[in-house]
Amino acid sequence: MSWLDATIFVPLVGALIVGLIPKGRDAMVRMVALSASLLAFALSLVVLGQFDSGTADFQLGSSLGWVPQWGIRYETGVDGISLWLVLLTTFLMPIALYASWRTERLVKPYFAFLLALETAMLGTFCALDLFLFYLFWEASLVPMYFLIGMWGGPQRLYATVKFFLYTLAGSLLMLAAILYVYFSIPGEPTFGYEALLGTPLSLTAQTLAFLAFFAAFAIKIPLVPLHTWSPDAYAEASTPVAVVLSGVMLKMGAYGLIRFCIPLFPDAARRLAPFVMVLAIAGILYGALVAVMQKDFKRLIAYSSIAHLGFIVLGIFVGVEQGMSGGIIQMVNHGLQMGALFLLIGMLAERTGSRMIADFGGAARSAPVLAGLFLVVLLAALGLPGLNGFVGEFLILLGAYSAYSWWAVPAVFGIVLAAVYMLWAYQRMFHGPVRVETRRVVDIRARELVLVAPLVAFIVFIGVFPQPFLDRINPAAQRAVKQMETSVLPSGGGVARSGGASGGPVAGGGN
Amino acid sequence: MPEFQAPTILLSGIAPEIALAGTALLVMIVSGFVSGHRSSWYLPVLSTVGFALAAALAINSLDGVNELQLSGSVAADRFAVFVKITLAVFGLLTVWLARDYLTRDRLEEPEFYALVLFSVAGMMLMAGAADLIVMFLALETFSISLYVLVGFRRGSLLGQEGAMKYFLLGAFSSAFFLLGIALMYGAVGGTNLYGSAAENQDGIVSFLNGAPVDSYGLVIIIATGLLIIGLGFKVAAVPFHMWTPDAYQGAPSPVTGLMAAGTKLAAFAALIRLLDVTLFTLRLDWRPIIVALAVVTMIVGSVLAIVQEDVKRILAYSSIAHAGFVLTGVLAANDRGVSGTLFYLATYGLTVLGAFGVVAVLGGRDERRVRLADYRGLFYEHPGMAAALSLFLLSLAGVPVTVGFVGKLVVFGAAIEAGYTWVVVVGLLASAVAAFFYIRILVVMYMQEPVRPGPATPFGVLSGGVVALTALATIGLGLYWGPLIQAAENATLYFVTG
Repeated sequence: MSWLDATIFVPLVGALIVGLIPKGRDAMVRMVALSASLLAFALSLVVLGQFDSGTADFQLGSSLGWVPQWGIRYETGVDGISLWLVLLTTFLMPIALYASWRTERLVKPYFAFLLALETAMLGTFCALDLFLFYLFWEASLVPMYFLIGMWGGPQRLYATVKFFLYTLAGSLLMLAAILYVYFSIPGEPTFGYEALLGTPLSLTAQTLAFLAFFAAFAIKIPLVPLHTWSPDAYAEASTPVAVVLSGVMLKMGAYGLIRFCIPLFPDAARRLAPFVMVLAIAGILYGALVAVMQKDFKRLIAYSSIAHLGFIVLGIFVGVEQGMSGGIIQMVNHGLQMGALFLLIGMLAERTGSRMIADFGGAARSAPVLAGLFLVVLLAALGLPGLNGFVGEFLILLGAYSAYSWWAVPAVFGIVLAAVYMLWAYQRMFHGPVRVETRRVVDIRARELVLVAPLVAFIVFIGVFPQPFLDRINPAAQRAVKQMETSVLPSGGGVARSGGASGGPVAGGGN
Repeated sequence: MPEFQAPTILLSGIAPEIALAGTALLVMIVSGFVSGHRSSWYLPVLSTVGFALAAALAINSLDGVNELQLSGSVAADRFAVFVKITLAVFGLLTVWLARDYLTRDRLEEPEFYALVLFSVAGMMLMAGAADLIVMFLALETFSISLYVLVGFRRGSLLGQEGAMKYFLLGAFSSAFFLLGIALMYGAVGGTNLYGSAAENQDGIVSFLNGAPVDSYGLVIIIATGLLIIGLGFKVAAVPFHMWTPDAYQGAPSPVTGLMAAGTKLAAFAALIRLLDVTLFTLRLDWRPIIVALAVVTMIVGSVLAIVQEDVKRILAYSSIAHAGFVLTGVLAANDRGVSGTLFYLATYGLTVLGAFGVVAVLGGRDERRVRLADYRGLFYEHPGMAAALSLFLLSLAGVPVTVGFVGKLVVFGAAIEAGYTWVVVVGLLASAVAAFFYIRILVVMYMQEPVRPGPATPFGVLSGGVVALTALATIGLGLYWGPLIQAAENATLYFVTG
């Protein structure tokens, strides 16, 4: 067991301890849960400290036998891609737990589910065995299902069932593809990620398997037209759950694209890249356009999130290092921004009992600090230079422009639209004539500042000084781009293994 | 004067069955001497001893050789042993569940235990049957016991209806099975599945191996189809599933659990021996039948479950869908298929027994509270039972970390290995549909407020223990399934050599 494994399982242990606490000791439940998530964060910082930024290989994990009959191992590790997602998870989780401090209903299962979810998400990012990955991937579904369904808004049942069925349908297709790849590998059967890389597959088989994986990840991201579960889920989820859902869980989809979809089926990925990019750009424009029209601010964030994830997918599939790096850092950025936005709107909703943009007006007068923080996060989300959103979007657009010059244009238009809906909503809520309801809006409290301040600090920090992040991401991004250029077609280019950054790119014969 | 040679009669192949049948007779005899219902504690004790003895005898022959016994009519192989051990566990759990159930409903009678013992004995014999006649005897032994058990709640109309339907359609299916045997006999000249042993030439395998390929003839194919129909009834494959919802609903819940777990396992064991061993050379002929059955069963079972309002009926349709999933392992007709099917059935049995255990516990007197609406807000009344049932449902849905996921993984893996990826894709889509009704129950239990604080349903230590045990198995085997899949892989079938 390594520090990484400890990070993964500390929350689960916390969940079990929470489960054992006798009834009625809610304060103790909260403390235990928060300490477990803080301990996980501390452990992940140790992982960050040990991380060697000079290599693209997987590090700091462990590999244990599990089901030898089927070649299943417990195998974990991080590279520059998963490292930051792990840190994002462990960073957002204590915030989400602390934001749930006032939950009075069914405290015990609530905190237990959140902690179990943290383990599942961390495991998803660290698993290097496809079986293990699938296990964590699906296991994350169950706590989220309960979290939305038991502690959500009035339409929670509809939202949670839709969420569960959508994601499960996608995952099951992925399972079929995993099994297919498993039985296609020559020699000793294994679910090991690095062993499965370079499994020779015909273009047709690759395309089908790619689409099956892609369905699972695209639903999670979500990409248009598979997005319809997400606005409902966001709108109905309570604030902390929405933070986790949008901040971390969606990244599992984008992460899966980089980690599995492209490297396992590179020829299909190259062949289908234009198709995926069209979907991504459609998502950027559609998400932004629909966001403009939203009356409920939570739904506005949901649609803006669709647009932002369109950017991330675009960056991943342009096949250039800048795009890939931009996509990866943008995942972290997006997590921080969404977390902050959901927390802030949650605070406003708590004060006025409404999330409707039209119910606010002139709130900046009575709550200047809150308004200021809101503005910073909104500006970050629309990509203002000096804040984190700019770094990611700039890199993505740079990559898109260098690879497919004209494709960057509609994406840029998406940024303009983002400015429209974000600033327009801000203007309507915080400026203009003061409405009666808004008078009650008191400024941010110390407890709430503790929640938002770290997020805003990192939003500014990454915006000003992204280099420490990019230094660790870049080797892994290079590797990912090289993997996309590899070919694993059985004939033609021969069976090319794409092992690590050392393995040179092999010209593809697929297109 | 020639010295008298005593024939060696090996009984290890049917020792567990003998133990169970003996215990059943003992139960009947002892009950004649004990009067009154008050002192019925000996019934579950005797049955427990019987099942433990059967399991012990089966385990004892685990390391024995694979061979045919009793003039080649019973196969003593590791496959049969695996099935018998599993069936003994199922029987044990059923009896423990039934104890509390019967006491509550004032149904405690020795016949119940005797019938459970007889039916499990029949199921065990099914697993080792190496002759179509023995297979038929075994089939009838457990079927007739189950007909009575299904109608054991004499006061219940649903029970009457279920037993009647099960009996009529069961008799119908037996006729198909018998006709299949007759046709097979007509074509081959024997009813033995193997028949290559020196003493017994006329078996199906020896016929298929001896005859030229083009002389297999239509009759054998038709006979195979009829035998599949007969067994298809028992495993509740579509379109032979009509009796399932009614019988499952009408039967006392512990019996329903035994039917879902045990009958399926026994009938599938016989089907596997028939198809994968005896008719293996004809797999190009029977595979399309099994593929069609699997696809239709998975889809129909999953879709029809959606509209049900009674938890027992939901689980009945789910068991139909599961028969379809198991069939994907059968159609693979490879090593992974056999071990995967065994693994699937063993773990499905544990899960479904647990699920019906929860239903039995929560149903209350006369099983009045089995409708979906009765489970509203269950989590707030019985958090433990709700958690256990959710675990079982998630396992049935095939969500990872539970054993149901592993089961699907192994049977679907076998089918993909055999080249039937499209069937697997259909199966996974059916699972996605099926997930809807499983989580529908979860929604009702967790996300709806309890209508009124229903009557407190106390439950005994035994049934609570069964639920806890099966819940532990569901999650434990889901995480650490290596040993069980190893055991299933070791459970090799007896093949004709030479």
